[in-house]
Amino acid sequence: MKEILKDLIKAFENKTRLGIMSALMVNDYMDFKNLKDLLDVTDGNLASHLKALEKVDYISVTKEFIERKPNTKYQATKEGQIAFKKHIQAIEQLLK
Amino acid sequence: MTKEKYLEDLKDIKSIMERSSRFISLSGLSGVMAGLFALAGAYLAYQTVYQQQDYLSYRRADMTPDNIIQLLAIAIGVLVLSIGVGIIFTQRKAKKQGQKLWDSQSKRVVINMLIPLVAGGLVCLILLNNGFIGLIAPLTLVFYGLALVNASKYTLSDIRSLGILEIILGLIGCQFVGFGLILWVIGFGILHIVYGIVMYVKYEK
Repeated sequence: MKEILKDLIKAFENKTRLGIMSALMVNDYMDFKNLKDLLDVTDGNLASHLKALEKVDYISVTKEFIERKPNTKYQATKEGQIAFKKHIQAIEQLLK
Repeated sequence: MTKEKYLEDLKDIKSIMERSSRFISLSGLSGVMAGLFALAGAYLAYQTVYQQQDYLSYRRADMTPDNIIQLLAIAIGVLVLSIGVGIIFTQRKAKKQGQKLWDSQSKRVVINMLIPLVAGGLVCLILLNNGFIGLIAPLTLVFYGLALVNASKYTLSDIRSLGILEIILGLIGCQFVGFGLILWVIGFGILHIVYGIVMYVKYEK
């Protein structure tokens, strides 16, 4: 039991963060608006959770301009993908 | 208690993944190619059906058994070429975007398209067998349109309006059987080319 709990990742204990990672696992990248629409959260909430994930290097951020409007793209890093898979496996183990 | 929380988490993850991922859409160029093949096929069909007739006098479609076999061969040729080119272009696009061509999303699109298409194909074969040949061309439009509308839930939403246009053309064709071929040309040829170009400019440029 302890062994399994060790694999559960703190960064994913929050619903919004889990949602961000889920979306980035199946999409090459998503921008802020995509994520906001998908997860139905406020700007501030989403921004702070994105920051948190960026801090642990689970997602990477690229800023660019599309038709002179700033656009921020979020991508899951290799590390983030591995961590997410581990987290899911841990949950599955836990539910067995 | 915790178990329930994690179960719910898993459910959330699954639903978010499903909602956020979209089937890698068919490349717009494949639509243009399919349209061109359809135009070529329609031209050949026209030559077959109306051969050796004076352009100025009243014309009637010649439906000898030989002609019907030739029409079927043309139709199958157009279908195979269009699907083949579609797969090649879409594969190229998928590769460029680092996506897989065949995943759960694309499977869903294909299955949802196939249900109306197979039903429609069978209806057409039954009609052919019973001699209602005039209705076949417009009905292929109707069923193809239904297939597009059905599949549009899982891919780019533009496909939905294309499907509706195809259905309308098909219904007009059912009423005015004499316009069958020209409506078929508009539906499968021109609309594909127009939509193909629009999609290419909108999503791939």
